[in-house]
Amino acid sequence: MFEILEKRSLNPTVTLMRINAPKVARKAEPGQFIILRTDADGERIPLTIADFDRQSGSVTIIFQIVGATTEKLNHLNEGDCLQDFVGPLGRATETEGLKKVAVVGGGVGCAIAYPVAKKLHELGVEVHSIVGFRSKDLVILEDEFRASSSKFVLMSDDGTAGEKGLVTDALKKLIDSGEKYDRVITIGPLIMMKFVCKLTKEYGVPTVASMNPIMIDGTGMCGGCRLTVGGQTKFACVDGPEFDGHLIDFDEAMARGAMYKPFERHAYEEACNLFKEVK
Amino acid sequence: MPNMSAKRNEMPVQAPDVRNKNFSEVALGYTEEQAIDEAKRCLNCKNKPCSTGCPVQIDIPAFIAQVAEGNFAEAYKIITKSSSLPAVCGRVCPQETQCESKCVRGIKGEPVAIGRLERFVADWHNAQPETAPEVPAKNGHKAAVIGSGPSGLACAGDLAKKGYDVTIFEALHVAGGVLSYGIPEFRLPKSIVQKEIGGLKALGVKVETNTVVGKTISVDELMKEEGFESVFIGSGAGLPRFMNIPGENLNGVYSANEFLTRINLMKAYKEDSATPIKAGTKAVIVGGGNVAMDAARCAKRLGAEVYIVYRRTEAELPARAEEVEHAKEEGIIFKFLTNPVEIQATDDGWVKSVHCQQMELSEPDASGRAKPVPIDGAFIDIEADCVIMSIGTSPNPLIKSTTEGLDTQKWGGIIADEDGLTSKEGVYAGGDAVTGAATVILAMGAGKKAAAAMDEYMQNK
Repeated sequence: MFEILEKRSLNPTVTLMRINAPKVARKAEPGQFIILRTDADGERIPLTIADFDRQSGSVTIIFQIVGATTEKLNHLNEGDCLQDFVGPLGRATETEGLKKVAVVGGGVGCAIAYPVAKKLHELGVEVHSIVGFRSKDLVILEDEFRASSSKFVLMSDDGTAGEKGLVTDALKKLIDSGEKYDRVITIGPLIMMKFVCKLTKEYGVPTVASMNPIMIDGTGMCGGCRLTVGGQTKFACVDGPEFDGHLIDFDEAMARGAMYKPFERHAYEEACNLFKEVK
Repeated sequence: MPNMSAKRNEMPVQAPDVRNKNFSEVALGYTEEQAIDEAKRCLNCKNKPCSTGCPVQIDIPAFIAQVAEGNFAEAYKIITKSSSLPAVCGRVCPQETQCESKCVRGIKGEPVAIGRLERFVADWHNAQPETAPEVPAKNGHKAAVIGSGPSGLACAGDLAKKGYDVTIFEALHVAGGVLSYGIPEFRLPKSIVQKEIGGLKALGVKVETNTVVGKTISVDELMKEEGFESVFIGSGAGLPRFMNIPGENLNGVYSANEFLTRINLMKAYKEDSATPIKAGTKAVIVGGGNVAMDAARCAKRLGAEVYIVYRRTEAELPARAEEVEHAKEEGIIFKFLTNPVEIQATDDGWVKSVHCQQMELSEPDASGRAKPVPIDGAFIDIEADCVIMSIGTSPNPLIKSTTEGLDTQKWGGIIADEDGLTSKEGVYAGGDAVTGAATVILAMGAGKKAAAAMDEYMQNK
């Protein structure tokens, strides 16, 4: 069983958990993900690895409470155990040959963008981080990003934190001011990544986007996580999760992401009601 | 005196109209009386033609003779000398093309129902109070088995019986491989699979779930760091194929693997399951194999009107005749000589219909096989809100890509000799990972062969 060693609320809807999973920690690299189940009847959900410590054998996940399973997960506490925790899955972020990178994160995606920024920073790459949130109370990992970036831009939709505007505005400004990036790495909501990629395509800056589609096994067996990249079908679990952002069919990915929305909403409401009754 | 009835004892089944609405097992199994009566149809041929048709060479006449006498425990002992999973094989083996196809009684009537008798014996055994098996003395050698499907279970079982310290590594959270995620409950109850795995655990086999070999740990690490002297790769053929036609990524299109995994492994057919499934109101299954039949029958049970679309004719269906028969009885509609060319969408990105090319069979070619060829300008649209692609699977490249010196075929199958030895010393492989998608019993046979070779290798190292 996989014990929850630490649990911390990063904002009202985002939680950090450090899980005891030595086998996963031993192999984990930034960009990879795990699949977990909270209990014996639970569904399998993929979450990107936010951090890991090989020495203590722990893996950190950061999740937003968006559905029944993340709601259930958030009701577990330090000392509780997860039923299943498997990984590391997917390919690690490619860092070879990079000298200057813009990391563009949005919302809870910043939890995944951060370990990438940290790794690049440790490798001596010049990192510019641009992170966006809806408003001030949703900002996460600000200090961590600052420590790993030579330039840090905080954006918010309503202007309550950093500058008012979208991450694409900030990225455009930096590129227009003469910053030359070998690569942009973007992780966040699909709609945000779509527009980051649209922008960088215009500027000819190679861009990688991290995809987080619906999946079951995470080993290439179900094909539920498939997406179209450059006209070809790819499986996010084994071919990704990172792909050339200029080739991804984001509209298809967004449609596929909504496949179980009614079911999920219903399950989420049921889970919430259940916890209310327990209280 | 043998029972000379030309007809075999019928298998009691749930009525089609009842069973196509539930996931309980379709075939209910022989009673003791039926089993004994059927066993008496066996002529006990000295040359045992049936056994030659069995991939694991069960001594069929010997076990049937015991059934005829009512000595079911003895019959079970004889079967398990050769087979590790009799309750499974009695249900899912294509007996009609194996043992039963060689049965002398089949010349002038129906062959002895060997598969049904095997199932009867295994179920009888499983219904008896559990007795702890004799655990063989450990011989001090460690072996690893990758994958807990039929080949891995068979390999692990044989090695454990010889005293090896065996650990099975499984990527998913439940052991059983295709027996757990692929074959539906109504054909193979999961409690039976878990019972068979429990039997292996009682022999001392360890099962480590949630371990993706190639990701969590590599084959080389198992051997160099974890002290496994020999490794068996039974990772199956789990990578789904698609047709690469327009619209295949629309919402409502599944691979059979995904559809069946949601249902069998994640129990999405149950009201309170946390895992969603959408079989829609009209489902089209593309393909004609056993997996297509399974997917179709699952979709039917979830309330859809179900079509199976196959580009050849009924005669070429690769599925077992019994599965096709069951599917028809349950109300599945077959569209033969029909080949999807495009999946059409609704405005909001869901499946609306399947645009199909109509086909005809060509004159048989040099190999004697008639090819389906398109009929010029003949197309039909089949309305559907769910499409399940069931056109085959290939071996997962994960282990090949992370194991140095492991050679594979161009199409991904691991190259192994007759004993299962791969291009890497101490590493053996078998089942679908080597052959591509095949049957449970062939995989079991390969696992057993490899276990014998691994035993010899470790003893002479």
